[in-house]
Amino acid sequence: MTAGTQSMVRARGLRKEYGSQATLVRAVDGVDLDVAPGETLAVMGPSGCGKSTLLHLLGGLDRASAGELWLAGRRIDTMSERGMAALRRDAVGFVFQAFHLMDELTAAENVELPVLLAGRSPRVARRRAGELLERVGLADRARHLPSQLSGGQRQRVAIARALANRPMVVLADEPTGNLDSEATLDVLRLFESLHEAGQTLVIVTHDSRIAATADRLISMRDGAFIDETRLTGGTSGRLGALLDLDG
Amino acid sequence: MGGLLLVTRLVGRDLRFRPAQAVLLLLAITAATTVLSLALALHGVTQRPYQQTRAATRGPDVVALFGGPVAGPQGPGPAVPTVQAEAGALTGAPGVSGHGGPYPVASAVLQLGTIAVQVQAEGRDQGAAAVDQPKVTAGSWVRPDGIVLERTFADALGARVGDRVGLNGRRFTVAGIAVTAASAPYPSLCYQPGGTCVASLPTSCDPTRCTAVGSGEPLTTLQMGQAWLTRPDARALASRAAPLAYVLDLRLRNPAWAPAFAAAHDNAQLGGPGSGNLVPWQSIAYDDGLLVQDEQQVLTPGAWLAGLLAIASVAVLGGGRMADHSRRVGLLKAVGGTPRLVAVVLMAENLAIALFAAAIGLVAGWLTAPLITSPGAGLVGPPGAPSVTPATAAEVAGVALVVALTATLVPAIRGARTSTVSALNDAARPPRRRRVLIAVSRRLPVPLLLGVRLIARRPRRALLGAASVAVTTTGIVAVLTFHATADDRLRGVTRIGNPVVTRDEQMLLVITVALLALAVLNAITTAWATVVDAAGSSALARALGATKRQITGAIAAAQLLPAVPGAILGVPLGLGLFVAASGAGSRGTTIPSVGWLVPAVLATLVAVTALTVIPAWAGARRPVTDVLAREA
Repeated sequence: MTAGTQSMVRARGLRKEYGSQATLVRAVDGVDLDVAPGETLAVMGPSGCGKSTLLHLLGGLDRASAGELWLAGRRIDTMSERGMAALRRDAVGFVFQAFHLMDELTAAENVELPVLLAGRSPRVARRRAGELLERVGLADRARHLPSQLSGGQRQRVAIARALANRPMVVLADEPTGNLDSEATLDVLRLFESLHEAGQTLVIVTHDSRIAATADRLISMRDGAFIDETRLTGGTSGRLGALLDLDG
Repeated sequence: MGGLLLVTRLVGRDLRFRPAQAVLLLLAITAATTVLSLALALHGVTQRPYQQTRAATRGPDVVALFGGPVAGPQGPGPAVPTVQAEAGALTGAPGVSGHGGPYPVASAVLQLGTIAVQVQAEGRDQGAAAVDQPKVTAGSWVRPDGIVLERTFADALGARVGDRVGLNGRRFTVAGIAVTAASAPYPSLCYQPGGTCVASLPTSCDPTRCTAVGSGEPLTTLQMGQAWLTRPDARALASRAAPLAYVLDLRLRNPAWAPAFAAAHDNAQLGGPGSGNLVPWQSIAYDDGLLVQDEQQVLTPGAWLAGLLAIASVAVLGGGRMADHSRRVGLLKAVGGTPRLVAVVLMAENLAIALFAAAIGLVAGWLTAPLITSPGAGLVGPPGAPSVTPATAAEVAGVALVVALTATLVPAIRGARTSTVSALNDAARPPRRRRVLIAVSRRLPVPLLLGVRLIARRPRRALLGAASVAVTTTGIVAVLTFHATADDRLRGVTRIGNPVVTRDEQMLLVITVALLALAVLNAITTAWATVVDAAGSSALARALGATKRQITGAIAAAQLLPAVPGAILGVPLGLGLFVAASGAGSRGTTIPSVGWLVPAVLATLVAVTALTVIPAWAGARRPVTDVLAREA
């Protein structure tokens, strides 16, 4: 059995350093991690602890200074730039705190973009965007520009975009950081449905209420894991009530 | 006073904070103002050398020509008694204080080695003349069987003192080389009717296909030179097919009367066909200046093209600066700055740079003008100081200010009207949505898909890029058209040099270099502005799986796609510019071959792409996470 065959995401001795000597900063410091297929993992910690950097490394947005990284059994830290791009396009979906939607594209066109980047036909892209917007409850907002959507709606479009190429893992960086309670609940419900559908999720947050919805919670400080908790509540059950978000 | 201080302080601090952008702006406007200054500074620079030559050669105030192409149909030539009678009438006319001649002038074919060329051979005394004694600059004055060549003509032929030449089959030695103020130098001797050209092609000759007997060399009055030899030698060259003409040099009591004198004693009063034509010294001075006037004819449209490119440069650079200024606008407004103050602050900086560029352009033009204002070998003495008058300075400064204003007025007004809150939030102007382009791009390969969407985001920038390439191609096509037309006109008669064409080519080189430098600056700044503006969307595309190469390709495509219509449009514009600037008319213009035009257009497009790839690649190297974090 090769390393990582049982994990969707597997990291060993993962390190990311900035600067040198006196100014050396270890944003991620020797992290070992396994994320099982279909698992929802939450990573918590104070600002600057390295959780976003870890997410960027896992998604191939940044390269590690040292360590080894596998995605679905494939070693990815040694991949070429082109290989990393293909990985981001086909195997990973990102959800950002700031949404990062293209202002001049409609909701549907934003969701289509990764499909088109993957070289699929416009018709396939349009159909996939329709399905996903339906799934996130925004079918009636398909032709709206991001500026015409609320924050929660924008993040739902971003989630739909992250799912466009049926990724192996969705990486979410503070997905509710810019949202009010109601919108946060919408997004959490969406993640819950993804979890139920067997989607592997890694969510970085410093909101304990979000973390409580995961299967497992890892706490980070100064670039290292300091605690790991398997949560029994998970994302099942009456999520809104549990989190006191129903108002 | 306080407002002025505030504006000055803000402008000064910003210039210090962003020196690179300021330097690029300065370079763009300076290139245009330098070319314009050069064109304006050429006014009258040949006046002083002509006056020096007139003084050194005791130049005539009026030259009277008897016979020749302007006097009527060829025949046996004017009868000597008639010429003497008419010359006597002129020399005795009121206001005339001295004269030389009349001298016989033979039309002859000069043969030097394998070169044959038409020459106006003037018979002179071996002693010095009181009026119009050409100044010998090498060798000695005429002697039997010894010919003296006008200096520009000798230079073009490559003739030196002691060379053996043939004149209508007779052998002569080049005794000397001289300059004169009594006729325009080669190749302007017969450049325009009413000039000092009195010789002609043989009457037996078909003007369109005239060739020298024996060598078969083509002959044309367009390349006629001036020579002097003794009177008997000149008379001996005449034949019934090429009869003698005569030249009389007159000195007036007041040289300023020359045009009036010439007008008062025109052909009709001199006795009809075959009789005299009077040329005042001012006309000869004008013909002497043709060399420099041609330069101006080339430089002036060149300056306008450079100005247009500078506008495009400043618009792109200025637009980028305005985006940077967004937060400053918010702060200014938050502390009570009025929209007018904001607009003034935003524009003052570019106007200050424009004025500085105008000053540099004026000085650069004034300093470099002497390098291109050599009056040519036909005159003696150094060129006059280039004229930088208050009017010239005002014109150059005005153009610089118009360039800066045209490019920055709209962004400045927009900045002044921005809401304080969005300016404080540093909100960039939202990109435009072009539904059709976005829809069309869905069917394209990834680099083109992203490139077309970049164009759709900022169509004005794409338009500026297209305009910039159109102007550059216009300049290149105009230069090619010049060469094609010159080659066509001088086909078969180009074996000897043509100083006017050579000087034009030098000026075209100056213009081409200036235009290309500005075009390079434009291509890089436009690409860089696109890279900066698209940093967020490019990083996002990379996060979604686009490769660096696809992003680089997208930026390149965003520049190349508008460049294609620009380059194609430049072809008819270049032809039109040449026709308008040269005054040749469409019939007198030779269109360059497709073999030249197509490679020129393709080379322009390849250059644009190559220049774009550098900033595009540099932009694509920025870490995705950094860009996304900044945009968050």
